[in-house]
Amino acid sequence: MTVVDLSSTSVRELNQALHDLDPQTGEKRWRVLNPRGLHAIAVGLNVPIEIEIDGHVGYYCAGMNKLATVRINGNAATGVGENMMSGEIRVAGDASQCAGATGRGGLLVIDGNASARCGISMKGIDIVVKGSVGHMSAFMGQAGTLVVLGDAGEGFGDSLFEARLYVRGTVHGLGADCIEKPMKDEHKAELRAKLDAAGIGGEVDVSEFRRYGSARQLYHFNVDNVY
Amino acid sequence: MCGIAGLFLKNESLEPELGGLLAGMLGTLCDRGPDSAGFAVYGATQKGRVKLTLRVPADADVAAVEQALSDATGGKASVTVRNSHLLVALPEDSEQAVRKLLASRFPEVDVVSFGRRIEMYKDMGRPDRVAERFGLASMSGSHAIGHTRMATESAVTTSGAHPFTTGPDQCLVHNGSLSNHNLMRRRLIREGIRFETENDTEVAAGYLAWRMQSGDSLGEALEGALSDIDGFYTFVVGTEHGFGVLRDPIACKPAVMAETDDYVAFGSEFRALADLPGIEKARVWEPEPAKVYFWERPHDGR
Repeated sequence: MTVVDLSSTSVRELNQALHDLDPQTGEKRWRVLNPRGLHAIAVGLNVPIEIEIDGHVGYYCAGMNKLATVRINGNAATGVGENMMSGEIRVAGDASQCAGATGRGGLLVIDGNASARCGISMKGIDIVVKGSVGHMSAFMGQAGTLVVLGDAGEGFGDSLFEARLYVRGTVHGLGADCIEKPMKDEHKAELRAKLDAAGIGGEVDVSEFRRYGSARQLYHFNVDNVY
Repeated sequence: MCGIAGLFLKNESLEPELGGLLAGMLGTLCDRGPDSAGFAVYGATQKGRVKLTLRVPADADVAAVEQALSDATGGKASVTVRNSHLLVALPEDSEQAVRKLLASRFPEVDVVSFGRRIEMYKDMGRPDRVAERFGLASMSGSHAIGHTRMATESAVTTSGAHPFTTGPDQCLVHNGSLSNHNLMRRRLIREGIRFETENDTEVAAGYLAWRMQSGDSLGEALEGALSDIDGFYTFVVGTEHGFGVLRDPIACKPAVMAETDDYVAFGSEFRALADLPGIEKARVWEPEPAKVYFWERPHDGR
């Protein structure tokens, strides 16, 4: 295992070392110590490695991730996993706003709560939040799934496109054009697959969830709206 | 952008370290607000006395101010010079006379803060250097609030630096920008509140002062701010016995809190909290939008 201590190595040096890795690298396991809320740790990875970060991280941790598995043993600030393409990010604590924003693929699992705008403009990412999400989550979500085991704040799914939203707790208010939809077998199967991927399929009953999606009134061109 | 740091000690044995800890937090937040900085420290009380922090322009005659303060209080004023500011402790019953004297003879001297415990210092420049200039690291007290400013709504001036005073032993710092501050300023001026700058945060401070003068508690005033003040904000307010936090309902502006048995700390980012003692075992969380948080020490109800 390669260990990098951010109290003696800069984030730039760490990220450069990770970017310099060959896709066939034998250095498969990395550990980062003393992140101390620093920004942009492990962004832009493009190799199938596992990296564990011991502590709270700052903005945009593991942003644009491809292929790598990133585990954060602490809280994550704004934009964890933003625009991730593939791979996996797990946050052992809470995530601040805009977790998984614009993500195109991969899996983001948050053990605690995520605050406002979780999954904003998501484009294919799968997000599983074991706690609750704040207001305006999945705003303008285009594709992918957001699974919330707790509650969702106000304006949930506002201006939604085709992202699929599953919530077990209370939704404190749906955003414009977001509606509850029937939970059919195909949706239960999809939800179970996401929970399995997050490693909690055995503990959670999919029948406790409600499904939300777009009413498709807002994003279709409607000639009556011309003015 | 701007940065906010706040530290409220529950463990009295940490009090001598308060200034040092806050200086470290402000230093980390330099990159969120490099153009000016300020801080309020709640230090020891002196029975029957109040403290005024005065800001004296570079060309003013400090000796003449000191002499006038001494004359107005029968020699009972004590003055500590800290760079461009004077910390003056004087008997409670002489405060009004001293204020009148300052206003008439030394209109160029600003009263930055007043109260039984608050001391407040602010200046332009990099926050770590501002803290050093005033000797923040050597200050002690029960709680303190600091701010690093990246100006957006008004000019970079010392008057535009935070904190702003909202009343005796009260202050406010702000990260964000308010959108209805001009309208609100005009309304508050009609209510008799005075303003010295074009700054939006001063309006928020004036609003809270006005609500509290009208009989609201700080909590009620902050609840009022949620409906009356429009814009982006994370506010941290200091009072004689504690501090409070309020984020606007949209909550774009960052906020992180940490609590241990010894303290409650606020930072715009976790980086500002990373050097606090025992932080690795602290409960760290993000305050919720539109929710008033408040911590204070037990006190006699004053």
